[in-house]
Amino acid sequence: MFLLLSGMILIFSVMTVTSRRILRSAVYLLFVLIATSGIYFMLKYNFLAAVQLTVYAGGIVVLIIFSILLTSHISERAKMAGLRQRLFSALAVVAGATLTLIVIFAYSFPRNLEPAISTDVKTIGHQLVSYSVNGYALPFEVVSVLLLASMIGAIVVARKESITK
Amino acid sequence: MQYFLIISTLMFFIGVYGFLTRKNMITILMSIELILNAVNINFVAFNKYLFNNQLQGLFFTLIVIAVAAAEAAVAIAIIINIYRNFKSIDVDNVDEMKY
Repeated sequence: MFLLLSGMILIFSVMTVTSRRILRSAVYLLFVLIATSGIYFMLKYNFLAAVQLTVYAGGIVVLIIFSILLTSHISERAKMAGLRQRLFSALAVVAGATLTLIVIFAYSFPRNLEPAISTDVKTIGHQLVSYSVNGYALPFEVVSVLLLASMIGAIVVARKESITK
Repeated sequence: MQYFLIISTLMFFIGVYGFLTRKNMITILMSIELILNAVNINFVAFNKYLFNNQLQGLFFTLIVIAVAAAEAAVAIAIIINIYRNFKSIDVDNVDEMKY
């Protein structure tokens, strides 16, 4: 199951960044996000997987598809960067990935043997709005203010202005 | 646990490759979403295997998802505005400031 999901993630993400048609890239991104949500379900983080499906796969990908349809011709082939730029960025990416993988394999991650906390919605809800030791009330409020500000900003930026001559 | 870290590393660097290579602004935004998802998988893997008894990775992942949604909305608003003014969303063609 993990092999299937991780294979899906890798194959579809490579196809997202190398596809010539923009709408196909958006659909491959949708599959990557659904496979990521599958990984969260596998790790028993059910609430997070549901949030990922709702917000990412249901919200952001729809937003991206709408903006693709608004700003480009439907069968337009995307121009890729030149060969030299692609080669050097592929080299840099392979070097970075190799360095990170070496560091990951060189460290033995010691497993924690304490009793696991349950990750059901009741525990998450209790901790999300409490302001005791493990409480997350302050980041919750900050994120709501951020969402409000970004919503107002997006509306102001994208509205049709009347041009004053 | 290292398998999750390998997956998230590869996804992150595939997203970086897409960010450096593509010319369309919306595909650059899609590569940024790939990078953010790789970081989310990393947080969740660390939370599940190394810090069993607390939920901080989960909460930070929720905050990252919310911030990514807000940032995608504002980015698409800016892209639509650029399309209205320049009639193209290639990063090569958007190269003059107004005054």
